[in-house]
Amino acid sequence: MGFFHHVWTITHKDLRSELRTKEALNASLAFSMVILVLFSFAFDPSAEQIKEFSGGLLWMVYSFAGALALNRSFAREVHNDCLDALIASPIPPAALFLRKMFANFALLFAVELVSLPVFGLFYGVPWTGQIGWLLVVLVLGTWALSVIGTLFSALTINLRLRELMLPTLVYPMMIPALMACMTLTSDLLQGIPVTGENYTWIRLLVIFDVIFTALSIVFIDTVLIG
Amino acid sequence: MRDKILFTLATVCAVILTWNIHTIFAEVPDELNQGAIFRIIYFHVPANILALSGFGIGMICSIIYLFTKNMRYDSIAEGVTEVSLVFATIGLITGSIWGRIIWGVWWAWDVRLTSFLVCWLIFAGYLMLRRAIEEPIQRARLSAVVSVFGTVDAYIVWKSIEWYRNQHPGPVLSIRNGGGMAPGMEAPLYWNLLALFLLSVILVMVRMRQESFAREIDSLRREAHSF
Repeated sequence: MGFFHHVWTITHKDLRSELRTKEALNASLAFSMVILVLFSFAFDPSAEQIKEFSGGLLWMVYSFAGALALNRSFAREVHNDCLDALIASPIPPAALFLRKMFANFALLFAVELVSLPVFGLFYGVPWTGQIGWLLVVLVLGTWALSVIGTLFSALTINLRLRELMLPTLVYPMMIPALMACMTLTSDLLQGIPVTGENYTWIRLLVIFDVIFTALSIVFIDTVLIG
Repeated sequence: MRDKILFTLATVCAVILTWNIHTIFAEVPDELNQGAIFRIIYFHVPANILALSGFGIGMICSIIYLFTKNMRYDSIAEGVTEVSLVFATIGLITGSIWGRIIWGVWWAWDVRLTSFLVCWLIFAGYLMLRRAIEEPIQRARLSAVVSVFGTVDAYIVWKSIEWYRNQHPGPVLSIRNGGGMAPGMEAPLYWNLLALFLLSVILVMVRMRQESFAREIDSLRREAHSF
């Protein structure tokens, strides 16, 4: 019980400090809007084309906007040595990792929930047809992005080239999950139901999430403390 | 002693490699359908086998480092990953040249090509991370974690792209039940695998020696500054 209490306490603290300043939230939202607009200039897609591209476009937006938010995740603890205080506090590092992960998850999910209707509106794509499955894909994909992103955010915290190293490491790692999300999202927005091959993609996402959450919890001690 | 081993290995490697090149270019006949270009397989396949197994060995050394905190394993992991990345680059380039002649394009978004490129990107990131950290113990610790994540991820990539389009030729070696090559053509491939394996061992040894000199210089510099 104590473990989850710790996780909740600090997730709550992180979300509250984010909601007060709205630094990462505003930046990520503004950024995702800009990419959505730029895309229409870059390709000028037809109604059919946009449905095929939709998964790719949406997940590019989410992962780019995600990198912005994830960069801030541990960096905000560096000032006034907050990170050292957190590490020194009687909270297990796994709980520290999970709470950061949950806070990032909530933040990214919020950005996704706002930019999805905006995308539907701008490009005239009906997105509510299979909303249940779409939400499942969003949750699984965002979980993957938050786990990998949070671990690498902790890993790159003290580096000179932090802003550069995080995306360089995170994107190649995310490729299997992003591929699954992009394929599934495109299919769902085109009205293709989740059957056969698409189940395999969902399974891949679940496996990816489970493996990397477990690996992160095992290795977070090494990353933060050594 | 170590120098002697290095020079002996280098000599053996040079002899085998020269003999292989003679066999590949002068004795093995052109392949029926592909013509002369098929000879690229003698470098392409061994380079890729060595690259992939090198990434795996790098991960094992990284895990051993995390348990023992012995810096030797960290430098083995770095050396092996660097050399493997070079072989992976050779694999990508030779594959690309072959693809241009046989498929007519330099690159195809095929299962193996894509997963291999992703592997390349992950481990290039690993080496970039190493350059970005100055403190040796922190560098060893963090890069070991990236190596484990990278190898696990590379395996998932490999599995996940399997459902996608597949254009790359299937296995041709008899040890993988391919049975697509005549014995006279297959043997030089194993010889070249041996030669390139020796080459990679030599490169890793040279790299480790450099690394231990660098550490020594670093500690001397720290000592000098401490006065």
